[in-house]
Amino acid sequence: MKVKVERVSFVYHSGVRALDSIDLAISSGETVAIVGENGAGKTTLVKLINGLLRPTAGRVWVGNWDTKDFTTAQLATRVGFLFQNPDEQLFERSVEREVAFGPRNLGFSEAKVKAKTRRALQQVGLLDKAQVNPYDMQPFERKLLALASTLAMDTPVLVFDEPSIGQDAAGRRRIQRILAGLHKLDRTLLLISHDLDFCAQVATRAVVMAGGRLLADGPISKVFSQTELLAQAAVSPPQMVRLAQRLKLPGAPLTPRQFVHTYSAWRNRRKRT
Amino acid sequence: MISLQDFSYRYPGQQHFALQQLNLEIKAGQFCGFIGANGAGKSTLCYALSGFAPHFFRGEVRGRAWLGKKNISDLSLADLAGEVGLVFQNAFNQISGARFTVRGEIAFGLENLGLARRRIVTRVDEVLALMDLADLADRSPYELSGGQQQRVAIASILAMQPKVLVLDEPVSQLDPHGTQAVFKIIEMISQRGDTTVVLVEHKLEWLAAYADRVIVLDHGRLVMDGTARAVLASADLVKLGIGRTLYSEAADLARNKKLVSAPSHLPVTLNQAQALFQ
Repeated sequence: MKVKVERVSFVYHSGVRALDSIDLAISSGETVAIVGENGAGKTTLVKLINGLLRPTAGRVWVGNWDTKDFTTAQLATRVGFLFQNPDEQLFERSVEREVAFGPRNLGFSEAKVKAKTRRALQQVGLLDKAQVNPYDMQPFERKLLALASTLAMDTPVLVFDEPSIGQDAAGRRRIQRILAGLHKLDRTLLLISHDLDFCAQVATRAVVMAGGRLLADGPISKVFSQTELLAQAAVSPPQMVRLAQRLKLPGAPLTPRQFVHTYSAWRNRRKRT
Repeated sequence: MISLQDFSYRYPGQQHFALQQLNLEIKAGQFCGFIGANGAGKSTLCYALSGFAPHFFRGEVRGRAWLGKKNISDLSLADLAGEVGLVFQNAFNQISGARFTVRGEIAFGLENLGLARRRIVTRVDEVLALMDLADLADRSPYELSGGQQQRVAIASILAMQPKVLVLDEPVSQLDPHGTQAVFKIIEMISQRGDTTVVLVEHKLEWLAAYADRVIVLDHGRLVMDGTARAVLASADLVKLGIGRTLYSEAADLARNKKLVSAPSHLPVTLNQAQALFQ
């Protein structure tokens, strides 16, 4: 499902202008990383997509819906949202009830609610904790639970605000696999993260924000190699890009595997000359 | 400054000890990073060093945890508050809810330590400047973004000038520039020599650049302890579910393809990687 943001501005009650005439079109099935410094407007932008906030000016489209004509509850059928802080979205007495809450409220039959709940818990690795109280869990588990609650709603658009926070290597790999699986299902994914190395593993397109505006938008390897532009948004390039730039290698390898490939080709060329 | 002797801790109602027979000493002025897979006991160790375990969580303690010559179990949380500062993993949970502004929030701990008003004002102003929070001083802590709340949580603890600074993933919501600024501040504090820093972090590259020493926990036990380079370059970190820096990963791949000669330690920082591949 497509998402379109047209000349959108947003001003908080305090007078802070968080977004200033933003235009952004995301095609169905794209995985887009949104990066930028704290306060750049990233979270405000995605909260406009699921209707938690409404634009001060401009329009936001989710598929053929103009968000101003739909309630947040209606938009929840199209846009799943993983909050940065899982404690802002967890409230049930058990893990199972928590995950079932979303699909149940979307009107699925009990059999479907059960199946979706089980599948989502399996995906995040919490099936054995179905009867545990979320507040007896560790913070990293609560983040995975919040992720399961988002997945269970089976929405065509999903927004993930800092999904890898607090996760160890295994947790990060699990989340990468989940995002790759959603991409294969043609879901539209928006990913906010300060971890550019994580973004580089999962996204194909990157949007850079600063001061409520879009500084750049394009293929991730192109955007993440523009050191000076990223610096304007208080963001550093991924580690492998930095290493390649120090060594004056051509291109912008995003992962260790890509880096070694680039390094090997560069070394062979140098040997020949 | 900190000494653990056969220290074990078990949460109430739990069968297993979250920390098991830990023995370690951390000297004043040391910047010590703790790493481990999720559930390894890192946050519990932070609670134990700051007295929340057992004084707040209750539970069972075995062995001894010393803060200088004092046993942490014998001190009250109020006694410890002036000595050990804990920056919570979730900054939102640390905000007192008792003050309406960032300035008031940072002053809250100092008021409870009984400092004179003039000293409180001076320290709050210093920390607001140090943490680049002056522009947010009159905002409500609850109106801030996650990253901004995290900077307020760190500032609140720095203002108290504790002898032991315990930070549980303090930069998880900060952008890279904010993260670097915080690490530089923590390094500066530790280099003064009178503050011990204990920092839990998943982002290994930051510990590689700043920590003097890195300790690895696994299922509540101490399994590795050494210099940042020696520990972070270890292949065992992958088996322990911690992973490794991308610089180590790239070097390992290149070594297997015989593109670089085998280094004694894999690189863990940008400079070390540059030296290997140059």
